[in-house]
Amino acid sequence: MNDVIGLAPWLVGFPLIGAAVLLLGGRATDRWGHWLGVAASAASAVVAFILMFRMIGTPPEERAVDHGLWTWLSAGGLDVDLGLRLDPLSLTFVMLVTFVGTLIHVYSVAYMDHDVDRRRFFAYLNLFVAAMLTLVLADSYLLLFVGWEGVGVASYLLIGFWDTGRPSARENAVAAKKAFVMNRVGDMGLIAAMAILFATVGSVSFADVLPAAGGLSETTATAVGLCLLLAACGKSAQFPLQAWLGDAMAGPTPVSALIHAATMVTAGVYLMVRSGPILEAAPTAQLVVVVVGAVTLLFGAVVGTAKDDIKKALAASTMSQIGYMMLAAGLGPAGYAFAIFHLLTHGFFKAGLFLGAGSVMHAMGDQTDMRRFGGLSRFLPITWITMGLGWLAILGIPPFSGFWSKDGIIEAAFVPVDGQPWRAWVFGSVAVLGAAITAFYMTRLFFMTFGGRRPRWTENQHPHEGSPLMWWPLVFLGVGSAALGAVLGIGGTFTTWLEPVVGHAEHHEPVLPVPAIITVTLVLVVLGAALAFRMYAVALVPEEAPRGSFLTRAARKDLYQDAANETLVVLPAHGVARLVQVGDRDVVDRGWGVLPLAVSWFGAMFRKAQTGYVRSYAAGMAGGVLVIAVVAWLVIQLGGGLGGAQ
Amino acid sequence: MDVTNYVVLAAVLFAIGATTVLLRRNAIVVFMGVELMLNATNLAFVTFARMHGDLTGQVLAFFVMVVAAAEVVVGLAIIVTIFRTRRSASVDDVNLLRG
Repeated sequence: MNDVIGLAPWLVGFPLIGAAVLLLGGRATDRWGHWLGVAASAASAVVAFILMFRMIGTPPEERAVDHGLWTWLSAGGLDVDLGLRLDPLSLTFVMLVTFVGTLIHVYSVAYMDHDVDRRRFFAYLNLFVAAMLTLVLADSYLLLFVGWEGVGVASYLLIGFWDTGRPSARENAVAAKKAFVMNRVGDMGLIAAMAILFATVGSVSFADVLPAAGGLSETTATAVGLCLLLAACGKSAQFPLQAWLGDAMAGPTPVSALIHAATMVTAGVYLMVRSGPILEAAPTAQLVVVVVGAVTLLFGAVVGTAKDDIKKALAASTMSQIGYMMLAAGLGPAGYAFAIFHLLTHGFFKAGLFLGAGSVMHAMGDQTDMRRFGGLSRFLPITWITMGLGWLAILGIPPFSGFWSKDGIIEAAFVPVDGQPWRAWVFGSVAVLGAAITAFYMTRLFFMTFGGRRPRWTENQHPHEGSPLMWWPLVFLGVGSAALGAVLGIGGTFTTWLEPVVGHAEHHEPVLPVPAIITVTLVLVVLGAALAFRMYAVALVPEEAPRGSFLTRAARKDLYQDAANETLVVLPAHGVARLVQVGDRDVVDRGWGVLPLAVSWFGAMFRKAQTGYVRSYAAGMAGGVLVIAVVAWLVIQLGGGLGGAQ
Repeated sequence: MDVTNYVVLAAVLFAIGATTVLLRRNAIVVFMGVELMLNATNLAFVTFARMHGDLTGQVLAFFVMVVAAAEVVVGLAIIVTIFRTRRSASVDDVNLLRG
């Protein structure tokens, strides 16, 4: 392992250099810039593969390596060494980011072909890859934070990529700002967590903090855990900071696939799993993590059932699937491996689904309304098959990859924690219910797009498959969606792989027998899918969305998340701001305004004495002296009298 | 001779000087009033010095004379300058510095 560790900085280095060249090179690099972007990402992927194979050949207990680079900060009691941590967990992420990232780079070459700013797009994509790799490779919370902010910036730049010259330019810019601002709320949590850790442990590096987590008081551990959860909620679009993800679909589709489905939004799950020892010292925080995951997984699933915009439906699905991962991350070591496993398989099938959606949009002239699709399977066979594989994977149909990971999470959710069976029942049922709703909305999405007896296209539509640069990545991701789960899941290969990082999970029995859980889940999934098939493939889909029930209308409006944010946060904040503004103007300013007024009034009064006539000043002096003399005489007389009386 | 007479004379001289300063407009005459007041004070100093048999009053009278001489130098210079620019020696014409 140690002979190739020197390559690790190049994982970040290649895409960073790529981004720098493309951004500084400007228009001069327009002609070949996109290929440089692809090459930078691919070079990182090659390094990742080399490291991966070396790590597989290393005994498990020697797999975690901290590669120190240089001393970053040395201020008083705080010494932060900048370094990279390579272990099975970070390398799993590195593989996902570089491999899926490279596929999406290749896809973007064709997808962004007609965009004049394609070079800038690739610069941002490379910047994102570099930041994401910094995030997962960091050996301290501080360096992780640098990557964390870096992906936030890249995400902002890419959501608002089309911020000029389009009818939706303004909305895109607003969506970018919304994502950025909501992420800042989460970042505050990460900063607070680091501050608490520095105050109690005296360090922010994983090597110091994580072994010391067991010695923290439960209050401290809970505070740190909840702050980290806040950070994770912001980045991973978890309840209550989920509102930005749907709007983030304003970015180009490859961005949605790479950043807002496969990699960046999973950073919160990474943070939770990486901070596992801290959460284990704080059962309350763990419970909150599970609750947040459960709420989000239902929330996203419900929203997904009503969205007609293909990208927004997929975004809701992403939110829901990350909810599964969060739920698993709150279950302790038994859940960590499945959280990361689901993250990995989800990265493949959701990237595939998004790129497929991009391919459909490409074919349909940037139409995103699924009510105007239908019957596309004959015209887009490759997209149809690869998205079909992704669809089966997300449904969790065996043997596709989602089955292996999601089923693991559902089983883990059914295991009682701390001997509390109610938790097993509640969270297990939520997970199963979520799986059924997932089956419904994904089947709806799939058949509204590809199925149906009658196409509902707008006029002059001639759908056709894109260039090979677009469908080859789809094929790779489709194969991954189909096979990755079985390859890594059978025999617990992946669980064993992560064991050096997340620890060995004691096996506990779920409250239901495992075969029963699998059967119930599959039956509900098939029922959900069958219902959607009946409603959206057999029956005719109206081109205009029907009014729908109260719940449908609520789900279309994202369960009123924006209205809730507006009422609960934005309006009160505006109110406070107005209050402060008015208070400053009318109370503070006016209050202090009285002082100069009094001084000038006082001055005006005495100014009259300044006549400019020397005589009057002399008279004043003479009069003053006279007064003093008289007073002095009186005092002497009275004082003498008093003295005499005594 | 009774000391009181000297003191009364000094008071009368001082009052005449003060009245001159307060009532006259010509700067030179005002200046003379100031000189008269200073010398009335000197007379009082010397009188009390004699009365108490103490030289302090006489020394102070010398100081007053020195200061008065310096004051005359500076004061006359100012008056001459003002007269040159404003063609007037009236103290009431020099009233620019007012509120």
